[in-house]
Amino acid sequence: MISGTTLWYASRATGVISLILLSIVAILGIVVNRQGHLPGLPRFAVTGLHRSLSLLTVAFLGTHIVTAIADGYVHIPWLSTIVPFSSPYERFWIGLGTVAVDMTAAVIVTSLLRARLRPAVWRAVHWLAYASYPVTLVHSMGASKDLRSGWLLGLTMASVFAVVTAIGYRIIDASAAIPRPRRVPQLIARAEKTGSLR
Amino acid sequence: MTTAVREASARSQTGPSSLPRLLPPSGRPMELAAHLQMFGPTPYRGGPGMLIHTIESAGLTGRGGAAFPTHRKLRAVAGQKGAPVIVGNGAEGEPASDKDKLLLWSSPHLVLDGLQLAAEAVGAREVHLYVHREPGLVRRLHQALADRAAAGVDRIAVGLVTSPPRFLAGEESALASRVEGGSALPRFTPPRIFEQGVHGAPTLVQNVETLAQLSLISRYGPAWFRAIGTEAEPGSMLTTVRLANGSSGVAETAIGTPIAELLKLDEHPAQAVLVGGYHGAWLPPEQAGQVTLSNADLRPLGAAVGAGVLAALPTNRCGLVESARVVSYLALESAGQCGPCLNGLPRIAATFSQIAHHGPTPSAQDDLQRWSQLVERRGACHHPDGTVRFLRSALNVFADEVAMHAAGRCSARANDPFLPIPAGSPAYEEDWS
Amino acid sequence: MDERLRVNPILCSGHGLCAELLPEQITLDEWGYPILSGEPVPGGLRKLARRAVTDCPALALQLLRDP
Repeated sequence: MISGTTLWYASRATGVISLILLSIVAILGIVVNRQGHLPGLPRFAVTGLHRSLSLLTVAFLGTHIVTAIADGYVHIPWLSTIVPFSSPYERFWIGLGTVAVDMTAAVIVTSLLRARLRPAVWRAVHWLAYASYPVTLVHSMGASKDLRSGWLLGLTMASVFAVVTAIGYRIIDASAAIPRPRRVPQLIARAEKTGSLR
Repeated sequence: MTTAVREASARSQTGPSSLPRLLPPSGRPMELAAHLQMFGPTPYRGGPGMLIHTIESAGLTGRGGAAFPTHRKLRAVAGQKGAPVIVGNGAEGEPASDKDKLLLWSSPHLVLDGLQLAAEAVGAREVHLYVHREPGLVRRLHQALADRAAAGVDRIAVGLVTSPPRFLAGEESALASRVEGGSALPRFTPPRIFEQGVHGAPTLVQNVETLAQLSLISRYGPAWFRAIGTEAEPGSMLTTVRLANGSSGVAETAIGTPIAELLKLDEHPAQAVLVGGYHGAWLPPEQAGQVTLSNADLRPLGAAVGAGVLAALPTNRCGLVESARVVSYLALESAGQCGPCLNGLPRIAATFSQIAHHGPTPSAQDDLQRWSQLVERRGACHHPDGTVRFLRSALNVFADEVAMHAAGRCSARANDPFLPIPAGSPAYEEDWS
Repeated sequence: MDERLRVNPILCSGHGLCAELLPEQITLDEWGYPILSGEPVPGGLRKLARRAVTDCPALALQLLRDP
């Protein structure tokens, strides 16, 4: 590990925070999608939290990127913030980070404009959020040794576990959903069995 | 010249002076050669727009149920940007209606002429004919199209698109979805289909009977068309009538013919008359017996001509049992896309069935009223609206029967089904495509 | 210029955010789906209405100007 300047430490710290925040944002997104409840909060607050935290994540992510580049000890060109695998330093691991940023940027921009987009378009781009998570994770583990041991490793594993559990819950809950052509027949069958549908 | 030939050539100049107009006078299906001999060649105008004024003078309205002025539809589509698509709608989702099937079988070339003429009038480059996937009819239509292609009659090739036998398959936006290659599911409108339909192009959807009428008007002129019918609702129409003795058939009649005459109510008295099909309304026989088949007479009674379906319920049946079967059918035919419809219609159907077979529970009438108000106008299409119209008319006309059922009795002396309900309801994605 | 809310019932899956944000104009039926009053949105509520449109997870709500 290169012992570095304040900027370098700031980049590592904001990187970790971004990962944690991203995990929370993903879980909140799943809660919204499943029409779930956070105790004491109305639905619009859950959605609002998902949005606010995602913007907070952007802030930390931006700081993470800027401090990494501004710290001159290793050379990471500004271009590599958007063009993947163009950094001479740690080309592969930084490149993965860039890929994750590109995907996240698409998700964020389309979400800021979501009222103006066709719902199908917004939804298609938003799926990139799921794709960006493993990429972010691999970048985090590869670009620095921080997360590979100690309490940071524990923290990372807990975050990943939480996200994977949430995804698992979404898959199971969604698979129990009745496909459109069966919704009405199922309701009617229930009525005939129980004698009422109230 | 034989009488037949003389008559045929007279007809081809001035038009038939009496009924039938659309259906072949011989009663036998008309092939292309006979069609050309009787009606002459397709009277193309030579460019877009020219036919529309003639249609306006004739006062032709849609024969698919909505009775929308045809010239306005033609103008609306012609006025959009982009090359229009035209679809002849023969997907007769209404189980109690047979007129489109019969027209397509007997006089396909009148329909196909109308399709070409309407395509020319709006400047369409893509032409489709849309029918239920019934093998016999599909084969016949393919043959008719092949005959026309061989004779060089059609200017634009017609694509035959088949749909599943769903009640909603003929709904405009469901039709557009199906023609695009997807499922026959209604879409959210606006934008309306005439603005953005098949693959986003302005799309003219016209019932096959309307197209057949259009092809006759283009040959014989507005005055001929207006020679029968009423001033406000001119022309003839095809009706599917079901008499109280069980006999049924398709008849071509002048608009404004008394319903009592069409249903032979004197000979075969009815306890109620269903006007307009399963999205129509029941009328008590005293009312139905005094009016004509016209919107002018029917609208004030809360009914409409619709697609010309008339059914006289015999006195030995239970109106509630018949109506409950219809409502259950309508519920099962819901696309299940919109929360209110998918939740409301099954509950309405189950509660109404309960009334029909066991008598009302204490909250049944209130539930039905509340649910009716909850589903109306809250779907992407008008399926819940039509179902509620039918339901309300049944509860109204058969109110005495409801009271009897509440007391544990029923006036029926026969329970075999009277109104036609198709077997098999949709349960899988394939059933919608 | 009057603005009115409209819901696409096919996209709507009954999340219910809209009724929380704008109870003056939107209530939920017994199945969780929105019933819109159909009235024009008064000036003071426009910001909330726009938020309801943006926040609807299904993007089913629209705010439209009267033609």
